[in-house]
Amino acid sequence: MPAISFTNITKKFGKVLALDRLSFDVQNGEYLCVLGPTGSGKTTLLRLIAGLLRPDEGAIYFDGKPVNRLEAHDRNAVYVPQQYALFPHLTVLQNVAFGPLARQKPEKEALDAAWKTLEMVRLSWRAKAYPSELSGGMQQRVALARGLASGADLLLLDEPLGALDARLRLDLRHKLRELVKQSGFTAIHVTHDRDEAMSVADRILVLRGGRIQDHGVPPRVYMRPSGIFVANLIGGANLLEGIVDTVTEEISTTRMRGGLMIRTPRAPLPTTEQPVILAIRKETVEISSRDIQRDNVLKGEVREIHFLGSFREYLIRLTNGDVIASRRFLEGMESEFKVGENVTVGFDSRDIIIFAYPRQGLRKELEIS
Amino acid sequence: MEGTRQKTADASTPFHKVLLFLERSSARRDITKLVYSGSLAFFLLIVITPAIAGIVAQLLTLPSLTLGQDVYARMQSAVVWSFVIGLTVSSLDILAGIPLAWLIVRRPSHLTTILDSLADIPFLIPTVALGFSILEFWSGPTGISQIFGSGSLVSPGTLLIMLLHFAFSFPVIVRVMVGEFLNYRETYEVAARTLGASAFTAVRTVTIPILRPGVLAAFLLALARSLSETGATIVVAGAFENGVVFIRNARDAGLSAAVAIASLVLIVASLLVFAAIKIIAPRFRVAPLKVWPSLERKLSSRIGVGFRNAGSLIVFLIFVLLPCLFIAFPAAESVAAGILGEALAGMGPWGKFWSSMLLSYGVALLATSVNIVFGLPVAVMIARNRFSTRMTRIVDALVDLPIIVPSLALGVSLSFFWSNIGALPEFWVLVLAHTTITYPYFVRAMAASIQGIALELEEAARTLGATPLRVFRKITLPLTRYSLLSGAILVFTRSVDETGATTAVSKVLKTAPVLLVDWIRGTVQVTPEERALGVGFLVLTSFLALVALRLIALRKPKGRS
Amino acid sequence: MPKLDIMGVSKFYGNITAVDSASFRIEDKEYVCIIGPSGCGKSTLIKCIAGIISPDRGEILIDGEPVKQVPIEDRKIGYVFQDIALFPHMTVRDNLAYGLAVRSAGADQIGRVTNEMLDLINMRERSKSFPIELSGGAQQKVAVARAIATGSYLFLLDEPLGALDALVRAELRYELKQLAKDLGLTIIHVTHDQEEALSIADRVIIMKRGRIVEIGTPAEVYLSPKTLFTENFVGETNLLEGKVLRIEGDLCTVGIGSRAIRTLVSGRQPDERVVVSVRPEFVAITSASGADGWRGRIKQVTFLGSLNHYLVETDEGIELVAHTTTTSELDKGFHVEDKVDLVLDGKHMLLFDYPTEGLEKEIALE
Repeated sequence: MPAISFTNITKKFGKVLALDRLSFDVQNGEYLCVLGPTGSGKTTLLRLIAGLLRPDEGAIYFDGKPVNRLEAHDRNAVYVPQQYALFPHLTVLQNVAFGPLARQKPEKEALDAAWKTLEMVRLSWRAKAYPSELSGGMQQRVALARGLASGADLLLLDEPLGALDARLRLDLRHKLRELVKQSGFTAIHVTHDRDEAMSVADRILVLRGGRIQDHGVPPRVYMRPSGIFVANLIGGANLLEGIVDTVTEEISTTRMRGGLMIRTPRAPLPTTEQPVILAIRKETVEISSRDIQRDNVLKGEVREIHFLGSFREYLIRLTNGDVIASRRFLEGMESEFKVGENVTVGFDSRDIIIFAYPRQGLRKELEIS
Repeated sequence: MEGTRQKTADASTPFHKVLLFLERSSARRDITKLVYSGSLAFFLLIVITPAIAGIVAQLLTLPSLTLGQDVYARMQSAVVWSFVIGLTVSSLDILAGIPLAWLIVRRPSHLTTILDSLADIPFLIPTVALGFSILEFWSGPTGISQIFGSGSLVSPGTLLIMLLHFAFSFPVIVRVMVGEFLNYRETYEVAARTLGASAFTAVRTVTIPILRPGVLAAFLLALARSLSETGATIVVAGAFENGVVFIRNARDAGLSAAVAIASLVLIVASLLVFAAIKIIAPRFRVAPLKVWPSLERKLSSRIGVGFRNAGSLIVFLIFVLLPCLFIAFPAAESVAAGILGEALAGMGPWGKFWSSMLLSYGVALLATSVNIVFGLPVAVMIARNRFSTRMTRIVDALVDLPIIVPSLALGVSLSFFWSNIGALPEFWVLVLAHTTITYPYFVRAMAASIQGIALELEEAARTLGATPLRVFRKITLPLTRYSLLSGAILVFTRSVDETGATTAVSKVLKTAPVLLVDWIRGTVQVTPEERALGVGFLVLTSFLALVALRLIALRKPKGRS
Repeated sequence: MPKLDIMGVSKFYGNITAVDSASFRIEDKEYVCIIGPSGCGKSTLIKCIAGIISPDRGEILIDGEPVKQVPIEDRKIGYVFQDIALFPHMTVRDNLAYGLAVRSAGADQIGRVTNEMLDLINMRERSKSFPIELSGGAQQKVAVARAIATGSYLFLLDEPLGALDALVRAELRYELKQLAKDLGLTIIHVTHDQEEALSIADRVIIMKRGRIVEIGTPAEVYLSPKTLFTENFVGETNLLEGKVLRIEGDLCTVGIGSRAIRTLVSGRQPDERVVVSVRPEFVAITSASGADGWRGRIKQVTFLGSLNHYLVETDEGIELVAHTTTTSELDKGFHVEDKVDLVLDGKHMLLFDYPTEGLEKEIALE
């Protein structure tokens, strides 16, 4: 039985529609990441589950029971806001013990539980400190400990790593997931960072303008996104415009700008002369100075090179003027190709996903706010 | 998800049991609703309604509403003068107060910390004492006139009233503007400077326009104080009449129709002026970005800044601080003259003085307690938008009414309502009048303070399992405890200080400041020494309040950054 | 002549040294990123350059002229803030015009330049909007244009993308870089995001506790950093404590616990205590084959899009992180509890002296 279930939830603020008939389930013990840009309704969703907001329409169920009328303090769902909301006038230990005490556990039991949780996040040595005396990373761990010790079983994390330095975030995201899993919690974690979402989530729910765009395990959402928006948001894929030229049993061809032909899969939708968008993940695009064996081999010129540490991204302008990006790992100090160099670009048709050209235009479709 | 809630309450003491019971009850919506609507009803029925209903009822019961030609003309000119003085003084205060507030916030040093405390003095000295002090300073034979060799440099009348109002409105402006500057994101100003604006230009074109709502609020508060102040104004008015002096004089002369009509006119006019300023000011676009680079550069230079700082300090010293503190001299002389023993023993006029002090503090204590009990839920309501947004907005607008409306006029209304319609004894009428007058101070202070706590703190606490009362007790209250205390002290000193409404209400009972007005005006025969000492006592008690406020403000709660 | 010359700049707050004798030069039209964990002094340093904070020691030269006595408004520096700081009471157009207006430029000039700026950021149709009506990304573009409109050529960007969504941030950084190249601007860009810095900077300055640790090109600081701190800060890595066992020509053998690994590193002495660093992408993972590699058990598998991230515990109890590309033929899609062999690429290992204050303290991120 699903632990949480949303059925047709709608929430409006004045005239603004924050969530639009949202339906999804979260399994018991699952780690769900809600990924979406600012204003997509992520925080509203968390606050609805916490009981801090009430839906205008639809019902929320916990373990099959409707909770619409249940007050926040009776829901066993801990909300951890963006800046953690640690109580500034209480010590770290008192903060963590707040939950059990509020639930009227005897004081000794509450403090013991708090202490144990603090040991788990390796902060018992700071038990007597006040939140303002801690670094950002420590504050994040105290907030987590406070939730874990509260006697609840659902954690609602609003950008839990958003306030931290990028490098620290990288270290902490695995630890965050590990702690949540260890404690047997169900977690809903809201973020706008796709790498973070993929590294912590069992499943990802992509939200945009209060609607679900995609919902699934990270490899599926990344490899086979449900739409152009998701392909761009989660994969940063190349998006090329074209028109379906021919469709056969095994394969189709798409006509690009300048009459360039690309062999594309015989995906469910193409009919001839239909305008389409081809999504091609950057790491599936090969560059070479020699001839290569790929379904599609094109010529182009390197325009830009971005060094990103473990890989480089090459932007190559094709002969028809389209720009395609390729991601190359394990290069050395010097890039293998230089700006201005003429190269061959290749990719296979099975790595291409075809989407119908969006009615409102590509730019509008990709707009994130 | 299995519910892990256990009800293993450890109810050791009866107090604890009651608390637990209340906390559990607070989880019920009907009970919280009851608390909120009860406090709201108190506000609407006990605080606001009598303030308006009394005057209307009185007008309806008066046998004749006609005024003599000369009385009418006097009233008209008096009301007009009230606004002329108020608007002029508030504008001057803004000009003088902003630079000082700036200095306090941006040049933190020992000197400015002291300045910050000193700026509160005129706010905490009872205005009657202030009036006496200013009278002695500007026009008394021992004051500044000595230096100029004239008998009286500024004789009682319009100019002296302006000097008085300037002095006691000044701290309001400084206080509000210091708060505004502290909350202001300095980045805007730095941004302006990196774009090539001199410091002065940056402040004029960026900081002040952004802080306009704050400046406006400060201006309105100063204006309200000027329109409303009674005790001190009477002391320095001489033969001149503004609105409140007119009402007071008419009351002494037994012109009840004139009192009622003038009160209503003053109430309505104040409400209209405030509404007008509030509506018009935000639409008034700040003048286009006209820049005088060389002039403003000079003003931003070290010398320019020095001149500005020196100027605002001098204005503060000569027009605010010295006149206010001047009372110390005559009071000290009286002590030296050896009447302290007499006074403490309660001989002569002192018997009445001490009983009036007792009355003042008794009334203040009661009014403060009532306001804390009934004001707290309303403060929460305003700060957290409980109930409907519309209701919150209405309450939010109404709360300020007792500050906006001149207190003497308000007193006239309250007095009629409670003694005629409510048939309450005078003491309780006094308590209720003071409750109304001081209500906004407490609710405003608390609402602002609660708003200052991130909503997320309360929300997080709720999802951790805390019921609404527990959230309030463990989170909201500890974080606002200092505002609660300082709010209570503010209400208390305002009540002790109050003369306008009290004058209108009291028939037999006289609170300390009302008695002192009589002493200073010579209605009651006392010697100059006794007069000075009486005022001195009142000032002393107020200073204790100032010290308490400062100590509280300095004792920042632990662990807060 | 360098555009900017920083010579021994220090700033103290009581006992705390916010910036500790920083010295570096920035050439004309260079794009330099300063990175470091929060509190490392990077913001204080550029505030000193802008004149917002006056340094306690040292000298700053802009175009060869000392600027100690020059107030903020005369340094001709464009400054962009993390919290954007567009004037909320002015429209986009008025914000753009501000810098010229306060210098009393003529109406013609102001009009012309503001229009140019609106075109530059492609926002002519939003000229009458107030900042609050724009998205975060659009606001920051206006803020950048506002700084450019004053005619400055030296720009200080303080976490300019920090307040924005991840995706917007990734797009906007390339736009910033392009703008800088097109207009020939010199830029110092402060960020806590190592990826942002690597992707756009000509040179990267790494700071730690007030000190400049290292300066180099992105490839240098990522692939051959001089310090352990940099190595760890600019990207994930595996750090192994060990001792040099022997040197044979270019080959240096390091003992790590009971194992010995061979690296291509010169200049070491036997018995030196060292830290070996190897980045996850240089740890190859294969099905257990019995070869002479490290053997272990997969503890955690994380899909990262173009990469798979494996946490492997070796038989010796050491945890190692390995990255494989998802398109690679080598990645067989391993699962938790699978037995695997690991091959650490000796060519891409770096050796560092064991830090005197301990490894954990040396690489601390806060």
